[in-house]
Amino acid sequence: MADAHADLVHTEYTSTGLRSTKLAMWLFLASECLLFGGLITAYVLYRGQSTTGPYPQDVFDIGYTSVSSFVLLASSLTMVLSHNASLARDYARMRLWLLATAMLGLCFVGGQVFEFTSFFREGLTLHTNLFGSTFFVLTGFHGVHVTVGILMLLILVAFSFRGSLSDDPAFPVEMVGLYWHFVDIVWIVIFTVVYLIPAPPPHGAV
Amino acid sequence: MSSTDHRTEPDTAAPPAGASDQHVAYHPSAREYIRVGLLLIALTCIEVLLSYSSLSGTKLVVALFACTIIKFVLVVGYFMHLKFDNGRFSRVFALGAIGAFTLYAVVLLMFRVWSS
Repeated sequence: MADAHADLVHTEYTSTGLRSTKLAMWLFLASECLLFGGLITAYVLYRGQSTTGPYPQDVFDIGYTSVSSFVLLASSLTMVLSHNASLARDYARMRLWLLATAMLGLCFVGGQVFEFTSFFREGLTLHTNLFGSTFFVLTGFHGVHVTVGILMLLILVAFSFRGSLSDDPAFPVEMVGLYWHFVDIVWIVIFTVVYLIPAPPPHGAV
Repeated sequence: MSSTDHRTEPDTAAPPAGASDQHVAYHPSAREYIRVGLLLIALTCIEVLLSYSSLSGTKLVVALFACTIIKFVLVVGYFMHLKFDNGRFSRVFALGAIGAFTLYAVVLLMFRVWSS
């Protein structure tokens, strides 16, 4: 009981009784919905509007991207297991799962870099056509978010080793976790809208 | 300590009565999380199989979006704990997510109307 009180007195609360940091994180994620919604809408609006190739059906490899999706989903699972371990005050396991999440995130970003490189080789760049512009901006923004998430995870691990996490290490892990899971749900939508739904025939094609 | 003290000294403020987000009341076990993770992977497999299937345009899009929505809800509800957390967090996130969906759905509809 005394320990619980000690945890509570160092916590910032809003007048609603909600922890302000957590409320701010949810507000940030809500605003991110608008950002990614705009980028996804731009992609959908310009689907099939390109007048020159390469077109989506020329460059996409669904099998390869599916593996990337499995990797990101697995990273969400390891993230939540890390939070679970932090709640149980099992910090060794927490660090292990955090590192596993960061490694899976790195695999995803590495896969994206490889995919982008192969698209470049096939002649698709940011300036080639409407498909290239909207595709690279959307998936590039997502990749940057994943990279930021990886940095946050590694900083969390470093802080944990230094012992400079707060009295309640489960809280920062939960906050980073919220960000990481959000990046995952954005990919869930991108995977369906961009990769799985067949692109309409090229502009002007019968 | 008065109810307004936390505005000037946030680091030492006690939570107001009814503060419920310090820790979520219920946390699923690791086994439950793994089950949800496996379900997400199974749904992704179904999505990929659907994309290779001979389903026609509208049916395929509806089936794919059904899987996507289920995956979205599972991640937000279980992994992000909204199912078990304070309802205000759900409302804040829903405001952004539903607001974005509505806004951009209207934009897409407008462009479709203009182009036809």
